[in-house]
Amino acid sequence: MGLLSGSSLSLKLCRWVSVNMPLNRNLSGLKCSFFLHFGLKKASEALPGATHGWKLKRQLIFLWIVSVIVAFAMLLSSFSGKSWVVKTPPFNEEKVEILLKHFNVSKEQINSLASLFETEQDMLSRWPLVRGTRYHCEWLLVDIIKICWWVLIGMVLSWKLRTLPEELWGNQKQHLVQQKPLDQRPKLLQKLRQPLTACSSKSAGKWRKKLLVIFVLAGIFGSIWLFLYLNEDITLRRKEMLASMCDERARMLQDQFNVSMNHVHALAILVSTFYHELEPLALDQKTFEEYTEKTAFERPLTSGVAYALRVLHLMRERFEEQQGWTIKKMETEDQTLSQDLVPENLDPSPVQEEYAPVIFTQKTVSHIVSIDMMSGKEDRENILRARASGKGVLTSPFKLLKSNHLGVVLTFAVYNTHLPPDATQMQRINATVGYLGASYDVPSLVEKLLHQLASKQTIIVNVYDSTNKSAPINMYGKDGMDTGLLHISNLDFGDPARKHEMHCRFKEKPPIPWTATTASVGVLVITLLLGHIFHAAINRIAKVEHDYQEMMVLKHRAEAADVAKSQFLATVSHEIRTPMNGVLGMLQMLMDTNLDENQWDYAKTAHESGKDLIALINEVLDQAKIESGRLELEAVRFNLRADLDKVLSLLAGKSLEKEIELAVYVSDEVPEVVIGDPGRFGQIITNLVGNSIKFTKDKDKGHIFVSVHLADEVNSFLDARDEVLRQSLILAQDGTNAPFNTLSGFPVVDRWKSWESFTKLSAKAEDAEKIKLLVTVEDTGEGIPFDAQGRIFMPFMQADSSTSRTHGGTGIGLSISKHLVDLMGGEIGFVSEPGTGSTFSFTVTFRKAENICMGMHWQQCDQAVSEFRGLKALVIDQKNIRAEVTRYHLKRLGMSVDIKSTVDSACSYISSCASTSASERLAMVLIDKDSWANEAYIAVSCVLKDLRSRGSMSNLGTISTSDILLLATSTNPAELAELKSIGVVNHVLTKPIRLSDLITCIQEVTGSGRDRQVARGKQPMLGNLLRDKQILVVDDHVVNRRVAEAALKKYGAIVTCVDNGKAALEQLDPPHQFHACFMDLQMPLMDGYEATRRIRDLEYKYNRQTNSCELSTQILSMVAQWHTPILAMTADVIQATNEECMKWGMDGYASKPFEEGQLYSAVARFFECADGKWV
Amino acid sequence: MDGVILLQKQLVDYSTSLYKEGFLDDQFKQLQQLQDESNPDFVVEVVYLFFEDSERLLNELSKTLNQQIVDFKKVDAHVHQLKGSSSSIGAQRVQKVCIAFRNYCEEQNTEGCLRCLQLVKHEYSLVKNKLETMFKLEKQVLAAGGSIPMH
Repeated sequence: MGLLSGSSLSLKLCRWVSVNMPLNRNLSGLKCSFFLHFGLKKASEALPGATHGWKLKRQLIFLWIVSVIVAFAMLLSSFSGKSWVVKTPPFNEEKVEILLKHFNVSKEQINSLASLFETEQDMLSRWPLVRGTRYHCEWLLVDIIKICWWVLIGMVLSWKLRTLPEELWGNQKQHLVQQKPLDQRPKLLQKLRQPLTACSSKSAGKWRKKLLVIFVLAGIFGSIWLFLYLNEDITLRRKEMLASMCDERARMLQDQFNVSMNHVHALAILVSTFYHELEPLALDQKTFEEYTEKTAFERPLTSGVAYALRVLHLMRERFEEQQGWTIKKMETEDQTLSQDLVPENLDPSPVQEEYAPVIFTQKTVSHIVSIDMMSGKEDRENILRARASGKGVLTSPFKLLKSNHLGVVLTFAVYNTHLPPDATQMQRINATVGYLGASYDVPSLVEKLLHQLASKQTIIVNVYDSTNKSAPINMYGKDGMDTGLLHISNLDFGDPARKHEMHCRFKEKPPIPWTATTASVGVLVITLLLGHIFHAAINRIAKVEHDYQEMMVLKHRAEAADVAKSQFLATVSHEIRTPMNGVLGMLQMLMDTNLDENQWDYAKTAHESGKDLIALINEVLDQAKIESGRLELEAVRFNLRADLDKVLSLLAGKSLEKEIELAVYVSDEVPEVVIGDPGRFGQIITNLVGNSIKFTKDKDKGHIFVSVHLADEVNSFLDARDEVLRQSLILAQDGTNAPFNTLSGFPVVDRWKSWESFTKLSAKAEDAEKIKLLVTVEDTGEGIPFDAQGRIFMPFMQADSSTSRTHGGTGIGLSISKHLVDLMGGEIGFVSEPGTGSTFSFTVTFRKAENICMGMHWQQCDQAVSEFRGLKALVIDQKNIRAEVTRYHLKRLGMSVDIKSTVDSACSYISSCASTSASERLAMVLIDKDSWANEAYIAVSCVLKDLRSRGSMSNLGTISTSDILLLATSTNPAELAELKSIGVVNHVLTKPIRLSDLITCIQEVTGSGRDRQVARGKQPMLGNLLRDKQILVVDDHVVNRRVAEAALKKYGAIVTCVDNGKAALEQLDPPHQFHACFMDLQMPLMDGYEATRRIRDLEYKYNRQTNSCELSTQILSMVAQWHTPILAMTADVIQATNEECMKWGMDGYASKPFEEGQLYSAVARFFECADGKWV
Repeated sequence: MDGVILLQKQLVDYSTSLYKEGFLDDQFKQLQQLQDESNPDFVVEVVYLFFEDSERLLNELSKTLNQQIVDFKKVDAHVHQLKGSSSSIGAQRVQKVCIAFRNYCEEQNTEGCLRCLQLVKHEYSLVKNKLETMFKLEKQVLAAGGSIPMH
């Protein structure tokens, strides 16, 4: 029974949970499955940082506890009947309202809930039960209602429980949210905040603990109650069993007794019939004896029957005579010892009114013949009662004569006449003629009876005569020990005057109620177990919470520290730059003084270190700026190719030192001019190439290859038109390690992989104005270890700590690059294989420059390179990619280029060219030094010489201009001199190829009367740049003005001077003839910044006008768009001033006093492209 | 002829001492390089421009600094100019003092500024004397019919 109810209970519980769950999920929006996510282990695994998940779990635990409690309460109520249920209905409407109000549960949801319960009800009603169906149905109905209510209560409770802590946590969260934007808040505030959150979490913890205690107490009480309940049940059933057994016995005893009483009665009638009504007497002692003996089976319980005649005193003598014996008196005192009772020994009966001497007896009791039954007190009363009532009467139990058993005597009166049923007592007394008595041996009677019944061992039966209530006489059974339960059944032996009772007890004490014990202990254990689990969970929660708090504190501290760090860096960097300026300036001055070699070396080292330091500080500042989002990109037109040349020329020195081949290639698809931030673009490339140089070992003779393509070109790689792309694709697909068709012949990683992860690459540019460039920097360095590849873009992270020791640097460059790329709307990625090399790719988005400008620019370049336009060149290079790079550069000059990869084919090509017309003649042959041994170009030169000689012979003449240019990475002066001296090559061009170098070189080669010596000095270069340029110098200071004027004049410029910004403004109002302007910054009336701004305004207005009014094409062809380069003249060489200059629209700066190198690099940017124009 | 050589030697020694003592720096050499046939008196011209300008500035500075309320902005601008012109002709000791001067200006340290002013005046007069002496020597060399030796 207990098990059954237990299992049905668990079933209910499950149902309840399953019913409750979706509802709760609906309400609280808990998305994850309860059972999946609930679990101590899971909770312990919960990350303290993951606030959301953690909170969710906390809610779930609450919900779980609540549902357990509710389920338990439901369990209790299901046991303890309907009193609970009766109370609930009045709340019904209220609850629904609450539900509606608090949970926004729509009516539909309630309806669906109701329907859910209905189906549940259906299901339950179909569920077979042991109990009667009707009762069962009612029970179920009650149960379902109960379940509904518990569900509702559960929901309300869980809601309340959930919202309560949420308020606390909500506050906390708000604080956190507030915290974020106020990172720089003083720590005091944080400290104030901490106890608050700690307090709230503490209270939540306390609250949980209380809940747990309540839960455990409820569990304990529940188990006690369960025990009591089950025990009671068992006891009750025991009692019932006892009662039924007892009643059964009593009834049987009564029946048996009645049956034998009836027999005695019949005997009495027999006697009255045959003895009193017949004459002569048909009955004598012998007959009676025989008869009774023979019919003894009918009265199995009687030990004997006897008949006593009523004899009045008057008739005593006659009677005595008749019988031949005297009426004897019963020896009452001897009754107990009447074993050897001999009637003769008894005294004759004293004189009395009447006597009742026994005349007939059964043989078993023949010893009582002649004894006057009236003489015994008990018997006398019995007789009197019997004849008065006319029914059988019983004596109180007494020790039977002889048998010594307790017995009772049943006496029937025998009447001589037929009495009516309503005869009076007197009539009965008068009609009495004798008495028939039967003695019952009660113990044997009961014994016999009990023998007939099963399970006689289990109970003890006592029979009492309870006529005298105060002192019942035990008729049967021992006074056994009290075993607790007692059942009393009344016995009716047909004598109303006498009362008999049967007392039944179990033989043994009730057994220990194992079912109840196990069930309740089970519940207790489960409760404690759950309690323990929850306790552990709560402790865990508290711990995690505590840890979380701690971590939050630490996080805030760390963030504060980070902010402080950034601020510190920014401040310190800025502060360092000012004195560094002094240091650098002084060092420069020191180097200009007369120093001996050592001193000069020291000073130079110090100066270079200082420069590095400034560069580093600028990087750090960049990083800080990027991190704080203060970095802004400019959007200016710039020539991508020229810019790349410039960037690479700065890096060329380093790469030459390491004998690394540095090459740049820009796809034809990429427009000449774009709008963007050239400085930052260059910075990214500088960083990447700088890294590549850094991580390529000395004398490794690898290469670094920078290539620029349109992103769209990569997307459609199947029909890649670009030669370089195609080569790399073939390389990637080939996979064989055989001769690597790379720039230097060293293996490289598959560049296609480097942009695999780009998400925005394939996305079509939404804006037609924008172009997306893909820049790839490929190197053959040592590569990045795989484990370090994940953190390569993190600031101050290098592949390993030894890197900084080996290569120096801070590891900030890549981080900055990444940020810059992000700012430019691109992505950066890389692929690297240790030992093979790395390839970094990034995309940037630039705006397209207006068509007109592009066109103009082409024109400019055309003018610049008009000399070379249409010239034919032959490139002999084994490596296709390298040849393509060379071709790219030559193409920029408008030359047409053929590529031959072997000497033989080249020779035959040259020969074939020679025979064609003059317009097709070959202007120059470019041979890569690395491609062949000396013999190769000797062979080519022989062919050429041969051609030349033949040409002169055949008067073809002009063919002699075919010259050989040698492309070399490393310039070994001795070797080159040797090559030149033997006249095999006309010129040596040092890689990386820069357009200006190339132009100079080709000019020297092709220019007929020019000195073939390479002019390496910077001065002539600066002279080249500035010659005949109209330059405006703006300086208020006469000395400076004079000096600047003289200096610029020295480089061939035509200098005009003005002494303030306003004058400059007048001069520079377009159109004007100036090519550039050098502007002092600090001037009275109008400083350099302001003047520049105004000039830019004027230019802007003018440009707009030009565009709209279509001014003369003459002017347009002069300058595409008015943008006079304005260079600041400043003594501050620090970046900040530089940035300030840029901000105001200046194009660069020249340090004061003019330093040639610096001036060159500043000016070169503007005049380089147009090199040829003014030369 | 010996006299010319002597004078030339004197001039060379003198100018060398100027560099050694730090009165002048490379910039002055550059100025000298800028001087050519088309511009024979360039150095003298520039230096005298410098003198004029500097004297004007020094006067202005004394005036400004002696006022009750010192306009440090103005002072700074003057010093900046002085610094610029001195660095242009390579009078590096003047220039260095100017750097210190500007620092005091930024700190708005009147006392320091006054001290610097004295220092600048001192340095200026020194370099002026030295340069004038040098020019005198040059003139003598030229008058003697010699050419000015270049370094």
